[in-house]
Amino acid sequence: MPDPKATISFELNGEPATLAFAPHKTLLEVLREDAGLTGTKHGCELGECGTCTVLLDGTPVLSCLLLGLACAGHRVTTVEGMAAGGRLHPLQDAFAELGAAQCGYCTPAFLLAAQALLAVEPRPSRAAIKQALAGNLCRCTGYLKIYEAVELAAARLRGEDATPARETLYGHA
Amino acid sequence: MATRKKRRTVGLSDSLTVKRSQSDSPTVRLSDHRVIGRALRKIDATAKVTGATIFADDLFFPRMLYAKLLRSPHPHAKILRVDVAKAARLAGVRAVLTGKDLPIPFGILPVSQDEHALAPDKVRFVGDPVAAVAATSEDVATAALDLITVEYEPLRPVPDAEDAVAHPEPRIHDYGDGGNLHKLIHLEFGDVETGFAAADLVREDLFFYEGSTHLPMEQHAAVAQWSADRKLTVWSSTQTPHYVHRALAKVLELPPARIRVIATPNGGGFGGKSDPFSHEIVVAKLAMVTGRPVKITLTREEVFYCHRGRHPTLMWIKTGVTKDGAITAMHFKSLLDGGGYGSYGVASTYYTGALQTVTYPVARYKFQGARAFTNKPPCGPKRGHGTPQPRYALEVHLDKLAEQLGADPAELRLKHLVPPNSLTANYLRVGSMGLGACLEKVVAGSEWKRKFRKLPPGKGVGLACSSYICGAGLPIYWNNMPHSGVQLKCDRGGGVTVFCGSTEIGQGSDSILAYIVAEVLGLDPFEIAVVTADTDLTPVDLGSYSSRVTLMTGNAAIQAAERAKEILAGHAARKLEIPATRVVFAGGRVFDAEDPKHGMAFAEAVQVAEAAQGTIGTVGSYTPPRSAAKYRGGGVGPSPAYSYSAAVAEVDVDPDTGIVTVPRIWIAHDIGQSINAAAVMGQVEGSVYMGLGEALMEEMAYRGNRNVVHKIPSLLEYKSPTTLEMCDVVTYLVEDPDPSGPFGAKEVGQGPLLPVPPAIANAVYDAVGVRVDEVPITPEKVLKALKKKTKGEEGRVGPTRFPDIPWPEPIRVPPPWEGGDGGAVPVAAAALERQH
Repeated sequence: MPDPKATISFELNGEPATLAFAPHKTLLEVLREDAGLTGTKHGCELGECGTCTVLLDGTPVLSCLLLGLACAGHRVTTVEGMAAGGRLHPLQDAFAELGAAQCGYCTPAFLLAAQALLAVEPRPSRAAIKQALAGNLCRCTGYLKIYEAVELAAARLRGEDATPARETLYGHA
Repeated sequence: MATRKKRRTVGLSDSLTVKRSQSDSPTVRLSDHRVIGRALRKIDATAKVTGATIFADDLFFPRMLYAKLLRSPHPHAKILRVDVAKAARLAGVRAVLTGKDLPIPFGILPVSQDEHALAPDKVRFVGDPVAAVAATSEDVATAALDLITVEYEPLRPVPDAEDAVAHPEPRIHDYGDGGNLHKLIHLEFGDVETGFAAADLVREDLFFYEGSTHLPMEQHAAVAQWSADRKLTVWSSTQTPHYVHRALAKVLELPPARIRVIATPNGGGFGGKSDPFSHEIVVAKLAMVTGRPVKITLTREEVFYCHRGRHPTLMWIKTGVTKDGAITAMHFKSLLDGGGYGSYGVASTYYTGALQTVTYPVARYKFQGARAFTNKPPCGPKRGHGTPQPRYALEVHLDKLAEQLGADPAELRLKHLVPPNSLTANYLRVGSMGLGACLEKVVAGSEWKRKFRKLPPGKGVGLACSSYICGAGLPIYWNNMPHSGVQLKCDRGGGVTVFCGSTEIGQGSDSILAYIVAEVLGLDPFEIAVVTADTDLTPVDLGSYSSRVTLMTGNAAIQAAERAKEILAGHAARKLEIPATRVVFAGGRVFDAEDPKHGMAFAEAVQVAEAAQGTIGTVGSYTPPRSAAKYRGGGVGPSPAYSYSAAVAEVDVDPDTGIVTVPRIWIAHDIGQSINAAAVMGQVEGSVYMGLGEALMEEMAYRGNRNVVHKIPSLLEYKSPTTLEMCDVVTYLVEDPDPSGPFGAKEVGQGPLLPVPPAIANAVYDAVGVRVDEVPITPEKVLKALKKKTKGEEGRVGPTRFPDIPWPEPIRVPPPWEGGDGGAVPVAAAALERQH
């Protein structure tokens, strides 16, 4: 017997969406399996690693702990919604430029968590960046390039003509 | 916007600007290279930041089934009966497999073919796969697992290596070096007793390095498809598609030509996806049985059971030194807790004794290594493979020796560096050797001299060095074919495609191919197409392990590109009516060195060549040089080159809580030559991060007295550093090109992890005067050591004994300076020599 499906309407990456899915599914599963947006990743399904982070009405949430049904009428942003008009978001651009994405698996989550931070704090301190990203695990980078990318993107979003420090890319002399 | 900026930097004219503006740097030389050494984006960076990269779990096929594995709840038990009838009848279940469906054993090493995709008669750890289900959904498959009945007869479990030494019965495996000892090694390079007798100071120490796991953010996943024309395709998050290909052919009894393995980009590997795994074979078999695509994605808990991580290792080290710190002899013993299966364990065991000799000259060296089978998830290769444990032991031991000698540990090391282009006691051939420069960088940068033994209580600095291989000199299975192959196709539109079996695990191996080919052919690396890790399309590369990829695929890519260049240059020269030696490839053009305007676009050069001789394609391959080591066991350790690192850690130790925090680590890495400086920086920082985790918090902990259950198989409870624990890192790249590396490049993915745990341990001692001789250095251990010190006892926490192990007779190999030729002395001669 097929699972009875629930249908919800919500805003997905700036566009209206209506999806039908088994009502017990998490937002993570709905995004990946029913909306075809595989940029949001599984890491633990237990709310421990932050890898499945998406924005719900602009706030980072763990999509593995949130029922898809709970998103009815809300605004959901995934990594697929960050680039606009074929141009990378400054955060995406800075992550690519500095190598803040190595394997890239945790990257969508970090980008969205950082986007939420910059929306409320356009000039975050290093400590504020660490706090904002403390719920996201990355095993490749040691986080340093991620901090530097967030700072670079923040500067560019403020309209500054920022370039990475030489030490960031080539090390200290 | 930055995209445009970056593209711009690739052009020829811009490179000259960059060269000028950065020519004042002593450590980064952009010299003649247009691409090599520059901090460029990775070619897959845009896909990674847009979520467009397709990982194995992102694959969805029409009619796809989902597989689940039933895993053993017992650490050690005989399987008496498996009843799958009920599960098979559940609506939605399409197939159920048990051990009898996959009876052929496999394993990564030819000497350890001890795994089954599903255990046929015995389970060896909690989590060992016993049965598998394919169903129309993951939920149904999970429900079906509950309907499978397995009757077990529990056996006495072996919880750790010392228990394995003490309890040869019941045996976990019926092969190995006796009882529950999987492998025993005994190698002797010169008579260490003579060396100890000649020493001014002899010291012994014991250390323990706890096991830890890779913890890639991506859980292992695999998808298999079986077509009606009897062809199998398997997509998997594997670091070694070639070895998976071989294992599938063996277990499924299919001709390799009917199997296609595609390694999807790995969401982190660190060594944890280097074995052929049960789940890969199981989905393949389920696809064959059902005729439908089948996917499996492991849960996070299951990833802990796959493991293959750092071996918990007990170590004993004895070193003799002269007054000025020269090492007259070293004797090293290791006991590795291998877990339930062989995996890479024989190699891991050799590695715990291999690289002690490549940093400081060791005049005589003796190594005894043992690996025990225990009833835990199998250990294998984790970043640094078998070398972080002995490196930690050696570097802390040296710190203690330096203190006894009254020497500064940095100066002691600087005085005794292995010379470049030399042969070690165990016949490892060192090429370029930049450790001295690394040490000088971190000593100056950290203001070592001002801080060491001079900081206020609770604050300390510690120093350590290390070295790592740039690729294993021998393949996993014996053969004399190349370790890496590249094919290169030049399109008449000017496009170039590079085909290589190498596997992108986030380290940037795809990009390396593009940069190198672009450098040789004077092209924009972002216009090079790269096809990798597909056994149907790409020539074999052995895989992303042993820090081999940049060196080996890089050299193969250079050869393929140089061959293409030669063909194109010949035809272009005729067209331009100049000698071929004057043809230059740069900026997407092919032109006369003496008259740059006289030339043609690269595409035109391809067209001219194609018109003259047909399709333009070349191949390149790489085989490491022959090793100088000819003794049995000499296959582990030799490498075309060795990277070097030095680190200084600064720590704060709270004497009330025992909590150690690390504000900063200075690290210098001898990279030979960066191919992409930004990528090198990322590898150094990531290595420091992983070393920090192992030093302070990461541990695979089991309840030894309660069924050997993993205490904490979750991302929350298995502590790894978050942004709040990660330290600042000051990185120095030392470039001393090695003739064996592509453009002089050496490895960076693993080496910089190695000095971090000992540097932190030494810093803790500098801060509070206690020795925690086992990692992780947890607050409990620090407090315990402090308490002992307060009571007037030795301020130390760590192992106190090394068990008696029935070592075999040693293989005796005279070192090069005692007339040795790299081979072992025949047993009879060795016995005679011993009598005298």
